[in-house]
Amino acid sequence: MLNKYPLWKTLMVALIVALGALYATPNLYGEDPAVQVSGLRGVEANIATLDEIKGHLSDHNIDYASVVLEQGQVLTRFKNTEDQLKARDVLDDNLGNKYSVALNLTPATPDWLSAIGGTPMKLGLDLSGGVSFLMEVNMNEAINKAKDGMVGDFRGDLLNEKIRYRSVKEDGDAIVIKFRKIEDLEQGESLLKKRYRDLLFTTDEETLTFSAQMTDAKLKEIREYALQQNITIIRNRVNELGVAEPLVQRQGKKHIVIELPGVQDTAKAKEILNATATIEFRLVDTEGDLSAALNGRIPPSSILLTDKDGKPTLLKKRIMLTGDHITDAKSGFDEYSRPQVNISLDSAGGSKMSNGTKSNIGKPMATVFIEYKPTDRRDPEGNIVFEKVQEVISVATIQARLGKSFRITGAGSQAEAHNLALLLRAGALIAPITIVEERTVGPTLGAENVQLGFQAIVMGFALVFIFMIIYYRAFGVVANLALGANLVLIIGIMSLIPGATLTLPGMAGIVLTVGMAVDANVLIFERIREEIRQGKTIQQSIHQGYEAAFSTIIDANITTLIAALILFAVGTGPVKGFAVTLSIGIITSIFTSVIGSRTVVNAIWGGKRLEKLSI
Amino acid sequence: MQILQLKETVSFMKYRKIAMVFSALLMLASVASLAVNKLNFGLDFTGGTLIEVGFEQAADLQKLRQLMQNNNHDDAKVQFYGSSRDVVIRLGLRDDVKAEMLGNEILDILETGTGQKVDMRRIEFVGASVGDELTEQGGLAMLTALICILIYVAFRFEWRFAVGSVVALFHDVLLTLGLFSFLQLEFDLTVLAAILAVIGYSLNDTIVVSDRIRENFMKIRETLPEEIINISLSETLSRTIITSITTLLVLAALFLKGGVLIHGFATALLFGVFVGTYSSIYVASLVALGLGISREDLIPEVIEKEGEDQEQMMP
Repeated sequence: MLNKYPLWKTLMVALIVALGALYATPNLYGEDPAVQVSGLRGVEANIATLDEIKGHLSDHNIDYASVVLEQGQVLTRFKNTEDQLKARDVLDDNLGNKYSVALNLTPATPDWLSAIGGTPMKLGLDLSGGVSFLMEVNMNEAINKAKDGMVGDFRGDLLNEKIRYRSVKEDGDAIVIKFRKIEDLEQGESLLKKRYRDLLFTTDEETLTFSAQMTDAKLKEIREYALQQNITIIRNRVNELGVAEPLVQRQGKKHIVIELPGVQDTAKAKEILNATATIEFRLVDTEGDLSAALNGRIPPSSILLTDKDGKPTLLKKRIMLTGDHITDAKSGFDEYSRPQVNISLDSAGGSKMSNGTKSNIGKPMATVFIEYKPTDRRDPEGNIVFEKVQEVISVATIQARLGKSFRITGAGSQAEAHNLALLLRAGALIAPITIVEERTVGPTLGAENVQLGFQAIVMGFALVFIFMIIYYRAFGVVANLALGANLVLIIGIMSLIPGATLTLPGMAGIVLTVGMAVDANVLIFERIREEIRQGKTIQQSIHQGYEAAFSTIIDANITTLIAALILFAVGTGPVKGFAVTLSIGIITSIFTSVIGSRTVVNAIWGGKRLEKLSI
Repeated sequence: MQILQLKETVSFMKYRKIAMVFSALLMLASVASLAVNKLNFGLDFTGGTLIEVGFEQAADLQKLRQLMQNNNHDDAKVQFYGSSRDVVIRLGLRDDVKAEMLGNEILDILETGTGQKVDMRRIEFVGASVGDELTEQGGLAMLTALICILIYVAFRFEWRFAVGSVVALFHDVLLTLGLFSFLQLEFDLTVLAAILAVIGYSLNDTIVVSDRIRENFMKIRETLPEEIINISLSETLSRTIITSITTLLVLAALFLKGGVLIHGFATALLFGVFVGTYSSIYVASLVALGLGISREDLIPEVIEKEGEDQEQMMP
């Protein structure tokens, strides 16, 4: 029997559409105003924080709808924005030092829906408002710094082994070492070759020079490292901004994309991203009287600083070492499985550290984190005033004379050691970055765009619906059903895939897919009409219509898909959103126009003897 | 309801000389316009800063321009954007000004200068290197798309059709670019996206027609290729027109309701689809015809088996 789908096929189609509808529904629920509290500098919010927050809110008689702790953040929802703002102020005053308190619009998806993975579609910046930056890492600087480091290292190594040299200089891409005598050259050669296996060495015995060049692999490694370091630092800083769902991603070989939805104060955001942080190592003043200092009598050569819990420590003013000598810091475990941080310094730093610690074995040394935080004040010229914040992040005992690499124990938990390592790397000078692209969309424009896009989609649909019914009668209704299912599926899939964002061009893409989906149906219906005109039976015509049109539809849609994929590869931001929406739309439209509409046609007209067809 | 019930075939190919001349003229005009006027490249390609602001009352452009000049921004272009209260200010890249701080600086200037509260709608800053990269990538993307499609069509059909399709596509893209150059409409990244969408869509059209031509070549014998193409085009005319109508309906919705940001995009698509339909009928088939398409090219070779022409030995 022609045109009769087995029941399981019909049910499956219905199921797919239903699933699409299910995952599309989160978009119908609105958003709750909320306040998000997250820990700063690696500290996570926990149950104690939750209780504290509840306490503060009830102290001030602020009603909240719910408060949950998930993934180290406490999210409190409110019934209206007034409560939300009041709460933010209260919590900021009470918790502001250790936690970042931020405003947030959270989707109000009911629990059962989010349990199966239902979330609303992610909106692009042009619809949600916010700011996006594209930053470029200055790779040349990174490589130059590496070369400078190498020069210092070579000098240090040769001096230590008492090998005389005439000069160590940079020469283009390579480091050239000149020797006086051939024996020195040979000694130097064997020493350096053994020490630095990842460099390319060439010797010239005539001129008694020896040059070292970084291999391509090493260059690549330096570039990768510079990029990764910057990404880590920026992520940390972005977290401090307290933005909901920020995006920090690498793009290509030397760019970083940062998207901050909902952020309006771009000046502040930029300053925070550019904020400088450094590390200083200082000896603890064990002779000074701590309680006297707390009362205000601080010895002249010392300074009183606190750590993040407020515990005061008396430190010597003299700085033993500044953080710009740190080349790397990694967290790990020592022999007793206690968390530790391994620090590597450059050679200048190594000598300083060595000199500073040789007469201080057994004494505690503090690591001080210094940050220049932007405040809301401005100086007479209109620049943002930075406030110097100093905090002791660790106090460790000097176990032995320290040199170029050493470790700090006593960092607390694994998470704290990990964070300390991050901070140390943040204090280290890395490749500078500049903002090369920036887009800010104000909230009014964002909301407007959503409206416009929505209206365009509705109008497009309406026009096509009417046309199809007039022109194809009953079959037109079938086509309209397929179009509706198409839209639902597109929304459902976009809500499901985490990477898909809806942008304004994306909405235009949806409108376009409506046009293209209709085309598929037109092909089929025109063919059916033709077959009927040629005298075939109704069932035959329907069957032939679908068969003949199928390969044409596939061909045509695949070529548009190719164009969409190329666009995806080339485009950024809104255009990428368009490419994604278009690609998804093409696939769903093939499904709904061919299989979907066939299912309905078969259910209504299939397998019966008919004289006429309402087409 | 049926709009087009054609009893006879329309002799499309009779008008092919006229069409050829028409198309050639338009293509030349487009090239001329591109050479002389060039394209009005948007921010994404040139780099620079763009600030869109909303005022409470209708804005006085002259006053704003004066304000910009007074503050050492002589090169600022100030225009209305959508309504008389929305103004867009464009600034080129300059060495002496730190570009990423420009947006906020301009906002301050506007607020103090006009005394009104200014609503920041959007600020866009694109650095020089990114702009250049994008221009390169954009051109590359279009080229890649055309090549990929050429390969795909040659694979599915036959090389003459493939060349015909690509020429039709090239014709569409060129004419659309010509339109943008002639009217000096802003050419930004979304317009590029629209053109790529046009490529895909126009190809859609061309393939449907080519498919029918191939089918008819195989079905109908003893007829000139020209006549077969006429028949095919007439058969598909109904479908082509309907599809164009529905797509144009939908694009009209975008054009009218989509807002200013989408305008360039919608214009490119509207024009592209329109030209695309025309090119599927005339340009693609013309080229294939011109290259000498015939029945034999479309039918796979029949390999003569040895001994086939002799009588069978076994009954």
